[in-house]
Amino acid sequence: MNEEITPVLETRHLGITFGGLKAVTDFNIKVYEGELVGLIGPNGAGKTTVFNMLTGVYLPTEGSVILNGEVLNGKKTHQFVASGVARTFQNIRLFKQMTVIDNVKSAMTKDTDYNLFSAIFRTPKFWRIEKQLTEKAMDLLAIFKLEGKANQLAANLPYGQQRKLEIARALATNMKLLLLDEPAAGMNPTETAELLECINTIRDRFGISILLIEHDMALVMNVCERILVIDYGMTIASGLPEEIAKDPKVIAAYLGE
Amino acid sequence: MKNRTAKGYILNTVVIAAILIGALIIQSVFGKNQNFKLILVPSIWQCCYLIILAASLNLVLGFLGQLSLGHCGFMAIGAYAAALISLACQRAGIFTDAKGAAFVLVLVGCILIAGILAALVGLLVGIPALRLKGDYLAIITLGFGMIIVNIINNLPFAGQEGLAKGSAAASLYKNGLGFGTASKVTYLMVALAVTLICLIMMFMFIRSKYGRAIKAIRDDEIAASASGINTSYYKILTFTYSAFFAGIAGALYACANATLSTSSFAFTNGGILNSTFVVVMVVLGGMGSLTGSALAAIIMFFVNYQIKNGLWVKSLTGFLGGMFAYPMLVYAIILIIVIMFRPKGIFGTYEFSLINFHRDIKNRRAQRALQKADRKGGESE
Amino acid sequence: MLRSPAFLIERWQLTHVSTLIQTLIVGLRLGSIYALVALGYTMVYGIIRLINFAHGDFIMVGGYTMIFTMPLALALGLPVWVSVIFAILACALVGMSTELIAYRPIRKKGTSMTALITAIAVSMILENLAQAIPPIGPNPIVTSQIFSTGGFSVAGVTMEWTTVLTIVISAIVMIVLYEFTQKTRMGRAMRCVSEDKEASILMGIDVNNTILLTFGIGSGLSAIAALMYLGQYPKVYTTMGVMLGLKAFVAAVLGGIGIIPGAMVGGLIIGLVESFTTTYVSSSMADTFVFLILIIVLIIKPAGLLGKNVGEKV
Repeated sequence: MNEEITPVLETRHLGITFGGLKAVTDFNIKVYEGELVGLIGPNGAGKTTVFNMLTGVYLPTEGSVILNGEVLNGKKTHQFVASGVARTFQNIRLFKQMTVIDNVKSAMTKDTDYNLFSAIFRTPKFWRIEKQLTEKAMDLLAIFKLEGKANQLAANLPYGQQRKLEIARALATNMKLLLLDEPAAGMNPTETAELLECINTIRDRFGISILLIEHDMALVMNVCERILVIDYGMTIASGLPEEIAKDPKVIAAYLGE
Repeated sequence: MKNRTAKGYILNTVVIAAILIGALIIQSVFGKNQNFKLILVPSIWQCCYLIILAASLNLVLGFLGQLSLGHCGFMAIGAYAAALISLACQRAGIFTDAKGAAFVLVLVGCILIAGILAALVGLLVGIPALRLKGDYLAIITLGFGMIIVNIINNLPFAGQEGLAKGSAAASLYKNGLGFGTASKVTYLMVALAVTLICLIMMFMFIRSKYGRAIKAIRDDEIAASASGINTSYYKILTFTYSAFFAGIAGALYACANATLSTSSFAFTNGGILNSTFVVVMVVLGGMGSLTGSALAAIIMFFVNYQIKNGLWVKSLTGFLGGMFAYPMLVYAIILIIVIMFRPKGIFGTYEFSLINFHRDIKNRRAQRALQKADRKGGESE
Repeated sequence: MLRSPAFLIERWQLTHVSTLIQTLIVGLRLGSIYALVALGYTMVYGIIRLINFAHGDFIMVGGYTMIFTMPLALALGLPVWVSVIFAILACALVGMSTELIAYRPIRKKGTSMTALITAIAVSMILENLAQAIPPIGPNPIVTSQIFSTGGFSVAGVTMEWTTVLTIVISAIVMIVLYEFTQKTRMGRAMRCVSEDKEASILMGIDVNNTILLTFGIGSGLSAIAALMYLGQYPKVYTTMGVMLGLKAFVAAVLGGIGIIPGAMVGGLIIGLVESFTTTYVSSSMADTFVFLILIIVLIIKPAGLLGKNVGEKV
């Protein structure tokens, strides 16, 4: 018996055209709760563009983005986040002049439930909520082994830890769908292995869905349940990792003809 | 509340109480002293509104990371509002001299209303203006600042004798507040208290989700959005909040000056009420440090005082003398020097904290020792 | 003696129409001056993405240079307006120095915020320095007519030669500049650097010198604008560049900042707006109207009339 489960993320014929250039065409995807799906393709294929559409940074020129059954086209980025999707960036975008823990806490702003009056007059509600924030933030940092650096400036972290902090920050938004844009970029094998562990830990712990853009094939094949391949904005293959690895179209796209 | 934070609060409260009591004592002891009355007290009044101006602009410039050049427009609104409302009260007979319970009520009321009115205008300006960033926001706030001053100029009740007896003019000669020397001494505590309250309110804002949100926006607006922060909301809120305090600074200014003139608030004015001077204070103190703004305000007050009244300045002749006759030149030079050689300003993003003072000094020393050791280690290799 | 209603109406229509034409002409003349100044803003912004707040003050520099070199020109037996050559040199020098001393070091080390603050500081320094140096400021200096007065009459409207000259010269300058950026190597280099600085470096373009040249040309243009301005209002004062510069900036934004034809379009529109507001509303509201235009443009279409919206790369 087939149950109609609402996918966490669904896109229908999603596409965007810049001027005359069709950056992404007819992108269709369904991601269900708890799944880890990979999005791969050669450089410039449009993967980050897809992410930008999935987070409201770009307005699609065709098709729709549906999150938990809600059509989100045209909404602003922070509204997308409120609906349950968060992302990391290809070039790390941390809040460099803020401390590690403040980076995480800032992502909790939308769920921080006190008003200006409470903040100014330091009501008990303020203290209670701030305490909860600190606990939750330290909790998240602990997953990534960053709790010892909570009060350091984000800019002072080594590269690998900055990437982890970005993921921690995205997690702090309480999202149901996490978009990771090349999280392993610039990492050595040890760091990549650690990252793998972290991804598995957060999947187990939070039961979230993850859509992952990555170039590191070892990571992708190892951790993704399903993979979509796009090239020149179009989906050229989709399926299980083993199938994708053998697909001639995929091989051709990566190696060129 | 963590123990350390609680201790910090207690320590701060004790010190603030000590300062206020100290001020009271000084006031009663030296109250009759001429120098005190004629020089120190007006100076403290001026420092007070300069501190509020600088700190409030820092909210937008240093913490939110946006350059607003219309700050003095909001101050003008506060000043004129306070002056005219108190004048109305005076003419309606609510009070006659600057004494008594009725007057104090009017005083406090005017300060609050000045802030609220300025905040309202800040909201109206902020909603369209904050859709822009960088250069464009700077120019548009400059434009709004000019428009505000222009409008005040053309209000038929804001000039000359004011209200019913008034006309559209650049100067307002009658001011319900404009304190004389004696009143300035009597109400000095009000100025100090208002300044402290404003600073505390700003600190509380920064050390909360609001401060975190706007610092995030400053560091990376796109990432802030992607972290769920409603950037428009927080930008407009901060702008409005900052305008509120500018209005209060204006009210204090109206207390300290019997005559108001819109030309004092003009952008091209060479005095200290133009928005560039406030920018100088914020940059000098450190964009992102409220303590820095307060300190810089006091420093710039001294600089301005020396330029206007210093004997050694008067003895300068020729070009140098001409230079000091145009204080804006000095301020602009200070600004460029700070921006080029120490863009962080005096304090950078550091906030002075009593309870952390000792620890911070130790940390700084340890850090420097470490850097020295690193360097030495590197050299010997 | 009674006038017939028809006569009165005809009379009113004539004055009405001639006022209209007069306002139009004043608007075009003002607009030409704004266009020249806006060109300088737009060229500099296009290449370094910085609003040179001090640009308006370059006009002041040009004006004063002319005032002081006019006697020299006369002594050499040349017409008074030859002093504009010295003004162009002076303005170009000041412009390029500003870039070398103030803007370039900040571009290397600072953020766009510090660059903006630096620009404001430079503007303040120029204005107040001029006021502080005894032979220059603070009092305005009135000069003699630069161009011969007189004009001609068309349909009850007086047209002065200075007006015609202003409009014609501005148009010529604009065409020359446009051709320069389209056809010459240096001009193309300027367009390249505006578009993509990194790529320009890779293509072997000397970015620093290109920027310097842009400043030189842009500032030199303010000298010509100063000439036109003085031709109409023969008085210099240290803050003469402030409002002029601000309105020209609005013009540049209106037309599309960074776009050369945009500066001309924007300049003319602003000139006309100011002229019509002065005639039909009031002169004190003219500045406010110009600013309102800025606000509306920046909110509705910040890229300007001729511009394209380019978002930030994420």
